[in-house]
Amino acid sequence: MAFLHTATGTSSGPKSGIKSKSWTPYLLLAPGLIWLITFFIFPIISLASTSTMVRPEGAQIGTYVQELRFANYIDAFQANQEQYIRSFIYAALATILALAIAYPLAYMIAFKSGKYRNILLVLVVAPFFTSFLLRTVAWTQILGDEGPIVSTLKLLPFVDESMRLTSTPFAVVSGLTYNFLPFMTLPLYASLERIDPRTLEASGDLYANAFTTFRKVTVPLSLPGVVAGTLLTFIPAAGDYINAAILGNPNTRMIGNVIESRFFAVVDYPTAAALSFTLMATILILVTLYIRRTNTDELV
Amino acid sequence: MKRDIESLAPETRALIRAQLTRRSLLVGAGAVVGAGTLAACGTGGSETEGAGIVDVSDTEKIVRWANWPLYLDFDEDAKVYPTLQQFESATGITVTYTEDIDDNNSFYGKVQGQLAIGSDIGYDIVTPTDWMAARFIEQGYAQELDAANIPNKGNIREVLANVGFDPGRNYSLTWQSGFAGFGWNVQKIPKGVRTMEDLFAPANKGRVVVLSELRDTIGVILQYQGVDPSGPFTEDQYMNAIDFLKGKIADGFIRKVRGNSYSEDLVNGDAVAVIGWSGDLFILKSENDGKFDFAIPESGGTLWSDNMLVPSTSTHKKNAELLMNHYYDPAVAAEVAAYVNYICPVEAAQPELEKIDPELAASPFIFPDAETLSKVKVFRALTADEQTNFQAAFDEAIGN
Repeated sequence: MAFLHTATGTSSGPKSGIKSKSWTPYLLLAPGLIWLITFFIFPIISLASTSTMVRPEGAQIGTYVQELRFANYIDAFQANQEQYIRSFIYAALATILALAIAYPLAYMIAFKSGKYRNILLVLVVAPFFTSFLLRTVAWTQILGDEGPIVSTLKLLPFVDESMRLTSTPFAVVSGLTYNFLPFMTLPLYASLERIDPRTLEASGDLYANAFTTFRKVTVPLSLPGVVAGTLLTFIPAAGDYINAAILGNPNTRMIGNVIESRFFAVVDYPTAAALSFTLMATILILVTLYIRRTNTDELV
Repeated sequence: MKRDIESLAPETRALIRAQLTRRSLLVGAGAVVGAGTLAACGTGGSETEGAGIVDVSDTEKIVRWANWPLYLDFDEDAKVYPTLQQFESATGITVTYTEDIDDNNSFYGKVQGQLAIGSDIGYDIVTPTDWMAARFIEQGYAQELDAANIPNKGNIREVLANVGFDPGRNYSLTWQSGFAGFGWNVQKIPKGVRTMEDLFAPANKGRVVVLSELRDTIGVILQYQGVDPSGPFTEDQYMNAIDFLKGKIADGFIRKVRGNSYSEDLVNGDAVAVIGWSGDLFILKSENDGKFDFAIPESGGTLWSDNMLVPSTSTHKKNAELLMNHYYDPAVAAEVAAYVNYICPVEAAQPELEKIDPELAASPFIFPDAETLSKVKVFRALTADEQTNFQAAFDEAIGN
């Protein structure tokens, strides 16, 4: 994979004065750092502190005191492991489906679209022009019992009258796949588009057939896109609650729904915080293992 | 509670925004700055009123109101709220009306942090449901109303004048009330839904949707099980109702547990029968040529109200009171009732509504008679511990 490191020239020496040299990096970092500290570090500290709090018996709703009760994590996990495991299964299924749909699409746009390339790219991004929520609600109409899909399927002889699509795991996973598809397609397209056609020609010159060329040249070269796309799909999908809330039913709830319910409905901030932390930690571990395994840590 | 907070490390104390009053929070923050050397003398309890809040109603002629969607008479053609316009031209006060409350819990979650530290939440009137109104009052997040500014207050329906969470209505006034009961699709279920057996008839399997509002869904189930939700029912009795709900979800009878959006499920056919709210179903009925209907369950339904409150951070209390007074004028109340179809809190509005729409004025769901009221119960107030445990059990039952 060495050839991925295109030697970009880093020869430009320090031309400017010492003063600007010492300040510029900090000034450039400042906006990002301030942003991160305000909206990431502070909330994380607050969340960590909340996660070990306890509600005193008889106290007002939403009152919690710090008792460093780390067992909150165990309780929260045990009470919600079903939704927790389900979230990762759904996210993984959605990621695999999105990859299966996006790869041919990105391949086509990168290599075969010719003058339609820009139009196709706009079409991939087009769903973003309307709200995420509205698009998901639209799915309930499309998949509804009296919607076009179910009505059409019911015309088939082997489809039962009680057939339905909404409030099923199928609807939730489909919604997740659909909503995160552009996040899979765009990085794939970016990495496929960068492939030098001469490498493909060289493969042919070395008597590789089309399939071997795809397997040994195209796929490895597009791997950074695959990794970026799967991460951009899997991470938000695992924490998503909109699709499960709108397209699912009580048996398809994901961990995001539980966190939302603990936070807003039950006003049980410690459990919500503990679950958020567990989710973050699990995603972090999975992502680290994944990047290690795909040997692309230097690429992303 | 006061002692508990004081026993904490100062850093942590500053992080517990919940329940802290402005003063005690400042003490907490000061302690952080002073590296924990400050002996904190926090002010526990729920004393927020008067903490730097000055009523500037006379100089700032504005009032900002957060209400639920589709809950005020709206003129589709002119895109205005006629009764609000009347108020504005009569008083010279500009009203900012927003449909910002979609759910009691998430609204509370949104504003509670600011209420706790006494910073303006951006509303001078909020409209939470009874139990949430009770929480606002109990936690000191509502200002006491000045009856002198609300002479129409006496028009309030008798059953609403003295409620458990606010005897004498010193902090709140009812906006509208409604029933929770059974709603159904008349084409699919011509004989209607009047009992729990009708709701969970085999033909409805997988096409029943119930409310995600604990007090309505469980309130209806409790009465089916012969327990009065307004009485001192026990935790065991409550959990029996939860088990019933769980069973119907596990059997696949209940398809979804939803908030306001159950009406979409009825319209698109995903649901044929629901536990829903009276006003919604009457609006659906009139919009869909009588395709839907509503009935209070034979075993009993629930009665709930949404209440206007002035949040503790508002600096326009007098303007808010004048607005409340406006809506307790019978003629104005009748105009609202004609649009929203919920129970009108002003009984004297009935003759006024007769002038607008005689049929509506006769509806027992807008001006309920004693017989209708005898079939519904108000879910009793829950203690903080009960609220936490019961809500958690309910949310677990519905999959969260």
